[in-house]
Amino acid sequence: MKPVAFDYERAASLSDAASLLARTGGFVKLLAGGQSLGPMLNLRLAQPDLLIDITSIPELTAIIDGGDHLEIGACVTHSDIEDGRVPDHFGGLLRQVAGRIAYRPVRNRGTVGGSLAHADPAADWISALSLIGADAVLWSQRGVRTVAVENLVVSSFTTALAADELIRGVRIPKLSPAARWGFFKFSQKAGEFAHTIGGVLHDPARGVFRAVLGAIETAPIVLADARPLFGGSAFDSGIANRIDREAIARLLDGKNVTDDYIRSLAPVALKRAAIQASAS
Amino acid sequence: MASQGIGARLRRKEDDRFLNGRGQYIADLRFPRMRDVAFVRSPVAHARLTGIKIPDQVRAQVFIASDLTGVTAIRAVSPLPGFQISEQPPLATGKLRHVGELIAMCLADTRAEAEDIAAQVTVEYEELPAVVDMLKAQEPGAALVHDHFKRNVFLETGFDGPIEAAARNAPVKVTRELRTARQVMSPIECRGFIALWDSRLEQLILHGATQFPHVVRTGLSQVLQLPELQIRVISSDVGGGFGYKAIVAGEEICLSWLAMRCGYPVRWLEDRREQLTANANCREHHYAITAYADENGKLLAFDARAAVDSGAYSAYPFTSAIEPSQVSAILPGPYEIPAYRCKTAAVVTNKCPQLPYRGVARPNVCYAMELMIDAIARQIGKEPHEVRLANLVRADQMPFNNITDKHFDSGDYPQLLRTAVEEIGLAKVRARQMRGESDGRLIGLGMSVFSEQTAHGTTADGKRRALYEQVFARITPDGRLDVRAGIQSIGQGLETTLAQIASECIGIDTGKIQVKLGDTELSPYSSGAWGSRGIVWAGGATARACKELASRVAAIGAAMLQTDVKSVQVRDGGVFGPHGSVTLADIARAFYLAPSDLPGDIDPHGLEVTGGYAPSRLTGVHTGSAHATVVAVDTETGGVEILDYVVVEDAGVLINPMIVDGQIHGGTAQGIGAALFEEMPFDAQGQPLASTLADYLLPGSAEMPDVRVFHMETPSPYTEFGQKGVGEGGAIGPGAAVANAVNDALQSLGVEICEIPITPRRILTAIAKAKRAA
Repeated sequence: MKPVAFDYERAASLSDAASLLARTGGFVKLLAGGQSLGPMLNLRLAQPDLLIDITSIPELTAIIDGGDHLEIGACVTHSDIEDGRVPDHFGGLLRQVAGRIAYRPVRNRGTVGGSLAHADPAADWISALSLIGADAVLWSQRGVRTVAVENLVVSSFTTALAADELIRGVRIPKLSPAARWGFFKFSQKAGEFAHTIGGVLHDPARGVFRAVLGAIETAPIVLADARPLFGGSAFDSGIANRIDREAIARLLDGKNVTDDYIRSLAPVALKRAAIQASAS
Repeated sequence: MASQGIGARLRRKEDDRFLNGRGQYIADLRFPRMRDVAFVRSPVAHARLTGIKIPDQVRAQVFIASDLTGVTAIRAVSPLPGFQISEQPPLATGKLRHVGELIAMCLADTRAEAEDIAAQVTVEYEELPAVVDMLKAQEPGAALVHDHFKRNVFLETGFDGPIEAAARNAPVKVTRELRTARQVMSPIECRGFIALWDSRLEQLILHGATQFPHVVRTGLSQVLQLPELQIRVISSDVGGGFGYKAIVAGEEICLSWLAMRCGYPVRWLEDRREQLTANANCREHHYAITAYADENGKLLAFDARAAVDSGAYSAYPFTSAIEPSQVSAILPGPYEIPAYRCKTAAVVTNKCPQLPYRGVARPNVCYAMELMIDAIARQIGKEPHEVRLANLVRADQMPFNNITDKHFDSGDYPQLLRTAVEEIGLAKVRARQMRGESDGRLIGLGMSVFSEQTAHGTTADGKRRALYEQVFARITPDGRLDVRAGIQSIGQGLETTLAQIASECIGIDTGKIQVKLGDTELSPYSSGAWGSRGIVWAGGATARACKELASRVAAIGAAMLQTDVKSVQVRDGGVFGPHGSVTLADIARAFYLAPSDLPGDIDPHGLEVTGGYAPSRLTGVHTGSAHATVVAVDTETGGVEILDYVVVEDAGVLINPMIVDGQIHGGTAQGIGAALFEEMPFDAQGQPLASTLADYLLPGSAEMPDVRVFHMETPSPYTEFGQKGVGEGGAIGPGAAVANAVNDALQSLGVEICEIPITPRRILTAIAKAKRAA
């Protein structure tokens, strides 16, 4: 399969991208790494009139140290993080996640912002960045707003982005040296999309105890206070033994997750993440 | 000269080309004014076609069935009695019978533009009930895929031995229902063709990725009603075949028809979605089996009913009869079974046609038989290998005719199995299972042993005369060797192994040999690459041609040395007499360029020979193998890790052991795919659900264990050097071995899974079911 004919423009700046986005009369898609959009174009699942390549907009590849957080541009690639070109203020969490996304050729081109905007429920960043409590920085000519990543993803392949908005970057809180985390992803084969994702983050210096259950065919379940998943317990070394399966089942009910396979994997993923977090 | 002949671990001659990017696949070829074709395909599994609407502005670029003048339907007819014949039109007429069936051919400067045109074509149809399940398809009242069939069955066949007496008093009776998923043969290079018309020779030239250029020519000649002289099929490098490129189908027929009329080259390159969903699938079998045994597991009787989902059409040339007829003949495998019955059906469904994939029906029957053996072992509380040893044909029985009259030429199956059991370390694995794993995973050990009839004639029963194989060999005026074979290389390394055989026979350095393949104009006829036949048939023919050449070289050499031909030897690049030697280059120069230097009675047949060959038994030879594996099963996620994998193989005398090892590694990878990953599911409407490689999982390097290969070399008495076929074998054993290992691991949970692939979802579902039952 080959794509339908489309116009291609490479935006040199944010305002350039904005005026292209505002061009009327057709369906417009932003092109970052193209690792999801490319196949969709070829399969003609996406038939845009205009593709705006945003990878050479300087702000989108910038990395800014904001003191208590790091802001990385939307077009930072997975391998930029995997290889440590993005400073690791996250105790290795993002590097582990990045290094296990798909295959290396995908990681070389695929971007953090592109993954968030695509919002595949089984993708890694929507779960991992929700776990760490990151904010997406959304830009339009109307201005800049920040939205927590967990609120950016509304449901499967659906985000809260407005038609004239793009993701400029992601603000990721730095973890304290005392932070402990676990992130478990199960796929049947290397490089495959996740069958289940579980994440646990405990950062006592910042008063954080968060958890995520992902790859559930819709937006991940994110708990800013993870204690209800562990019978109300605070984080400690035995946390993995106190997982409340019924609490997880209720959360999955709330998201209308009916597939028994996904429902049986979710507590396993959370437990294994908790084991990793409490063992480190 | 160090030996480069039989048994040399020579590096593959063709790899220099492949590894340096000089391979030439269909998509690499460029022709002036070449245009691209895209096809409109059926969006539904079963419907009555009521209309095709084509906008006027593109009508001249779109071709439908009524445009295809002079083209007949594809008829792949089995000579077996009772076979029902399907007519497969190159472009659909009347009915649509599977998703992806060809409806219209669209032509443009590029593939993308051709797809734009295809998108403007509207197909009108009335949907009919889709026939999706091969068991329900056979029931009375099921919708008929072909209106002129009485039932949705191409062929019922089988082996009708009496079993009642043997079964009546059997102390052990084990019944199972077993399934293997529909799979997709997945060469890296999909199918693809370029057709052009040579107006000077009035000849159609078809460049195609195929396993058998000569068969494609014959098939095209029939369908296009064009003499074979007017067709040339060229297949340069082929990026994997596995059976998927052993077909003549609508795309190449349509392209050829178009090229004969349009005046420029036309190309179709299959994309991955077409490969997965549209053209041909494989391996979907169902078995209902009852095995009868004594207390020691000695088989007393075996009663089976099998069904093969053959899809909507019988594919050319192997037909939809090939798998079911093989199932009933080879299900007994390497075992001595005193009473046997098997009924099989080739079932018609609204799916794309079924093709024989690497191993043909053997991976399925090996799976079915070997799961039954393990089930018996569990029931009587014996080690699985003990039950196998109680039933395997022994070396002292060779040659052996089994109950279905399969003739085992040579081999030692018990020793193959004992070696596998020893190398996998059965005792250590059992001890480890007793200890348990610190990570909570369950360890399982599984094995399979099988016999593979290879290199048989055109029919596996050998009753109809086989195609012979011929190879042409010529010494060039500068003393090198030009070998041309009609068989095609799809990755087996034939440019190397045929050169080794030539070197063995003439004593010429393989660096001075060129083996040319894949062009009907340049090579003798061959039925091509299938049935693990290459090294036996084309290898045999190469030997016959080169031995004859060697005798002619000897005669000329003896004349030049002024000695008797009986006193010379052909070796080391020349002819050696009692008092001197001449090189092949000297001999060739004398023969071609300075004939006056030779005596007048030199044989005028010269230094080129076409040698023909068939093994001395047309039923071929039996290659034996045992696989053993250890797996770890994560009962919480359903994940399976293969910890160890052993293959013990007896393919007779090995021409190039390194290439054989490569064949086994590759085949084993595909077998592991069948065991754990690969499945083409369909919904109730007959829609194929895995349309990309994100959905159709193939094992990757990360999923492959380090396969440990061990060889036995029992020569076959029926082949030129004692060699046997081996190209398919690796793919046969893993489905059974891995499934038995997983079931061994899950035995303590009361779980037995009788379906492959064993996915995490199937494992968790089975564990949950066992928990509810407990």
